[in-house]
Amino acid sequence: MLAQVAPDDGRVIAGGQSLVPAMALRLALPAHLVDINAVAGFDRLAVEDSELAIAACVRHAAFQRPVAAGPLGKLLASVVRHIGHYPIRTRGTFCGSVANADPASEWCLVAATLGAKMIARGASGARTIDAADFFQGMMATALAADELLIETRLPLLALDTRCGFYEFSRRAGDFAIAMSLAAYRVEGGVIVDPRIGVGGVEGHPRRIAQAEAVLAGRAPGADVFRAAADAAAAAVDPIDGKTENVAYKRDVTRAAVRRALEAAEKSA
Amino acid sequence: MNDMTDITLTINGRNYRVRVEPRRTLADTLRDECGLTGTNSGCEHGVCGSCTVLVDGDPVRACLMFAVQAQGKQIRTVEGLADGDKLHPLQQAFIDHHGLQCGFCTPGFLMLAAGVLERDPDLSDEDLLDALSSNLCRCTGYQNIIKAVRAAAAQMRANG
Repeated sequence: MLAQVAPDDGRVIAGGQSLVPAMALRLALPAHLVDINAVAGFDRLAVEDSELAIAACVRHAAFQRPVAAGPLGKLLASVVRHIGHYPIRTRGTFCGSVANADPASEWCLVAATLGAKMIARGASGARTIDAADFFQGMMATALAADELLIETRLPLLALDTRCGFYEFSRRAGDFAIAMSLAAYRVEGGVIVDPRIGVGGVEGHPRRIAQAEAVLAGRAPGADVFRAAADAAAAAVDPIDGKTENVAYKRDVTRAAVRRALEAAEKSA
Repeated sequence: MNDMTDITLTINGRNYRVRVEPRRTLADTLRDECGLTGTNSGCEHGVCGSCTVLVDGDPVRACLMFAVQAQGKQIRTVEGLADGDKLHPLQQAFIDHHGLQCGFCTPGFLMLAAGVLERDPDLSDEDLLDALSSNLCRCTGYQNIIKAVRAAAAQMRANG
């Protein structure tokens, strides 16, 4: 059905918490909406093959209590508190946020940082897209117009993974001005597998390799965290906003990365 | 897209047969087609929360849901909160604690609070503040609303 209406300005609606406001403001004027809420199996949320499988219509609110054992469930429960407000979370969906690819989307940051796999299905079959290839710009993804994101798969985190999330926004539930997700393990006293993601700053959230390089092989601590935060602030190419200019965005990026790292260390 | 669709909405336990365009929001349908004007329309794009109603027990923004999507679901609005002439503990608490002034945001706050307290009567203070930050009030201020909801929560727990 999506394949039929997609060429004629057809859009998918799941939770509708981004699309319907855009329609109310006449920023989006879709000719057709394909409502996927009643599709059997789209509410599936399950751990399988060391991944958390999140089907198309799983609501944000499902993550308010840990949905998986270990650090991933705890992380998602702390991140979800930053997504809109409770009545938004009861309707809005994880996959909808990922497909919408707002630069300030928390779930996009999680997907990009942890290396999620996105499963897209169109009339010609299903394919799997890595997070690194999925996010392509502001509200732009690798999904074709006639493809539906039917599932996002997040890798479970090793039990000794330390992870922290920090978001700065002006009001509770408002869009992030900058946010960061930090995850790493410690072996022999030094950081291994560091992942630093930044969102709300560029066109889409992504991992910042320069910050990760600073952390790898070093002992966790205030100095190395500060150095990684400086590296991230230098590496990002912020959107020049009406209310937040590039220099300010870099500053907030620096603070967000440092605080995410501090939160990760506290989680140990 | 002017095709009209016949739908049946179940609101406060009563069925309403209405004819709407698919693009008609639940908020507009409640007010204009069903005559249930207790639900207020404020910003109409999901920010203010004044149109909050319960759909299958969940507080939702009625302006961000289309009426056709609410078919077959249990919808509750502020009109269904009181038991006859007996006010719901939340309504009484809002009066007792001056939780309203102009009253425009009140139905939304009442349904929001009813939804979260019915789900979790022992809601922590942190979770309560998180929930109440969902809606905007432009005159009373939030402190009295928080006081009222806390008092109602205690009353509802005592009533069992």
